[in-house]
Amino acid sequence: MMRMGKLAWALWFGYAFLYVPIALLILYSFNESRLVTVWGGFSTKWYTELLQNDQLLGAAWLSLQVAAMSATASVVLGTVAGLALARFGRFRGRTLFGGMITAPLVMPEVITGLSLLLLFVALEQAIGWPDGRGMTTITIAHTTFTMAYVAVIIQSRLVSLDESLEEAAMDLGARPAKVFFVITLPIIAPAIVSGWLLAFTLSLDDVVVASFVSGPGSTTLPMVIFSSVKFGISPQINALATLMMVVVATGIFIASLVMARQERQKKRDEQMAVQGG
Amino acid sequence: MAVQPIRKPTRLEPWQDPGQKPYVRIEKVTKTFGDFVAVDEVSLSIYRGEFFALLGGSGSGKTTLLRMLAGFETPTEGKIFIDGVDMAGIPPYERPVNMMFQSYALFPHMSVEQNVAFGLKQDGVAKAEIAERVGAMLDLVQLGKFAKRKPHQLSGGQRQRVALARSLVKRPKLLLLDEPLGALDKRLREQTQFELVNIQEKLGVTFIVVTHDQEEAMTMSSRIAVMNHGVIAQTGTPTEIYEYPQSRFVAEFIGSVNMFEGRVVEDQADHVLIRSEDAGCDLYINHAVSVPSNATVAVAVRPEKIALSKEPPANADGRNVTGGIVREIAYLGDVSIYLVELKTGKTVRVTAPNVVRRTEMPITWDDEVYLSWRPFAGVVLTQ
Ligand SMILES: Nc1ncnc2c1ncn2[C@@H]1O[C@H](COP(=O)(O)OP(=O)(O)OP(=O)(O)O)[C@@H](O)[C@H]1O
Ligand SMILES: [Mg+2]
Repeated sequence: MMRMGKLAWALWFGYAFLYVPIALLILYSFNESRLVTVWGGFSTKWYTELLQNDQLLGAAWLSLQVAAMSATASVVLGTVAGLALARFGRFRGRTLFGGMITAPLVMPEVITGLSLLLLFVALEQAIGWPDGRGMTTITIAHTTFTMAYVAVIIQSRLVSLDESLEEAAMDLGARPAKVFFVITLPIIAPAIVSGWLLAFTLSLDDVVVASFVSGPGSTTLPMVIFSSVKFGISPQINALATLMMVVVATGIFIASLVMARQERQKKRDEQMAVQGG
Repeated sequence: MAVQPIRKPTRLEPWQDPGQKPYVRIEKVTKTFGDFVAVDEVSLSIYRGEFFALLGGSGSGKTTLLRMLAGFETPTEGKIFIDGVDMAGIPPYERPVNMMFQSYALFPHMSVEQNVAFGLKQDGVAKAEIAERVGAMLDLVQLGKFAKRKPHQLSGGQRQRVALARSLVKRPKLLLLDEPLGALDKRLREQTQFELVNIQEKLGVTFIVVTHDQEEAMTMSSRIAVMNHGVIAQTGTPTEIYEYPQSRFVAEFIGSVNMFEGRVVEDQADHVLIRSEDAGCDLYINHAVSVPSNATVAVAVRPEKIALSKEPPANADGRNVTGGIVREIAYLGDVSIYLVELKTGKTVRVTAPNVVRRTEMPITWDDEVYLSWRPFAGVVLTQ
């Protein structure tokens, strides 16, 4: 019993560690007072102010756009890379390519950001594109580092995918491109979705790389939050964070609900199959 | 175990007819993976309408050979011709071949119906015709009422039948089946064996079937190629393979067999006489073998060709007759297996049909018995 008690305490402590800061953030978004440390009564005034704060909303909108675009781009590129790694056998330089695709996962973000900045500057001088730095450069930069994650996810899914499915499709007369779109893609779709979500999240909370490659007038939400910390955080940011959390939590909730329903359906079907003989 | 072939033999088999051209010709095909030789200089001719079995132990290269026919692997050396066309460089989706995979490879995100329709769709067959042919094929494999299910909602045997339907629906000229009946229980398996042979005879498709079940190969096929470590050990009809194995490997792989070592003492045009220490008697065989006198050979005698008796058999001249003591009896219902220890110390396996009830059986444990067999029973193996 003693041990159980201690373990339970450890568990509580662990969860508190994770969730108390978030709970505080939500709580203080409803604080009347401007001071983060003083409770001045319940109010929703920060939410009203937030809706009038064009700078903050603009940054949030930019962040969402960048996240959606770079996640989409990195899913396309990451799928192609994962496919090459998992399917095309032992082509020349496969080991090197395989190692290099995972390098961005461990590369310090400062280095990624700096090197991309240098690339963009050099490119602009050489061919006049990208014209200045802004949404385009941030999106490209985010794509490069999130692509590595997506490629790893897709590759591991493809490795566990029975290759004879693709062979069977080819055997039945489908050309390789058709096989990819009709067989491979639908089967790995869940991995692609989770890759997209991961890339989206990574892009949404990146501040280091974005600071290097963004230009004047294009500030992402994490950058705004980060810079405003220096002048003391406005409770508006708490409000914005709360709203985003609500959106994310709802998304996760719906997704898990759908998944649970599918799982139940599948179980029922399987039982039916067993009984049906 | 003696197994009866399902098919009726036709008058002149295509491989005996010099006028016939083989439908599939495999010429000295070798496949290596790195240093490992998976298929070693295999040459085969398979004729239209045949039910050809590739039989062999695990890892003997059967699947690799099929995959080369389907176009998933390229031969390291040698050539493959299908209907006279060299298959080198022709991708799987352009070959007149369909394959049923060892793992079935059903598309998990498609229903049974969609799985079966897939191949027809690729060929651009009209919708109405697809529906009709898929329906007919599902009826043939008795899966009509499962058409809307997904593969994971089916039992193993049902999945197997979907895979079969999917590979048959395009009416390929050549169908490759990799262990088509592996997942079925014994009864369903026998039933499906008959079905397969029926389907094959009805549609006139050429089948190449991989199996490691020798009984299955014996019952279903017109001819069998026995593979061992990537090499074809022997090709022949089930009867030829069973009755006239050419090597120890084939004799021991197909059914059970008693091997006696001996020395050739008489070598005539119509018979050979072999003196065997193993058997404790001379072995008389009524056909000639081309081995030098005094050569050491092995003689294979199938267990069901040996007769057991308590009295010495009549007209026993000391040839093909030996004595021993019954050590084990296994009662299998229709037959019993006797393990008899010869005076020479060798154990011989004998199977005999149970004509009388078990309790009335004349021969029991520790009886002294005579074993005898006819002059045609032994097969001389020189390899
Ligand atoms: N892609 C490959 N790379 C390396 N070795 C392989 C490959 N495919 C097959 N082999 C090897 O070739 C040999 C023959 O394999 P194959 O699959 O043809 O055997 P099989 O006769 O079908 O056996 P089973 O009855 O177990 O299916 C095996 O030893 C296997 O390990
Ligand atoms: Mg195999």
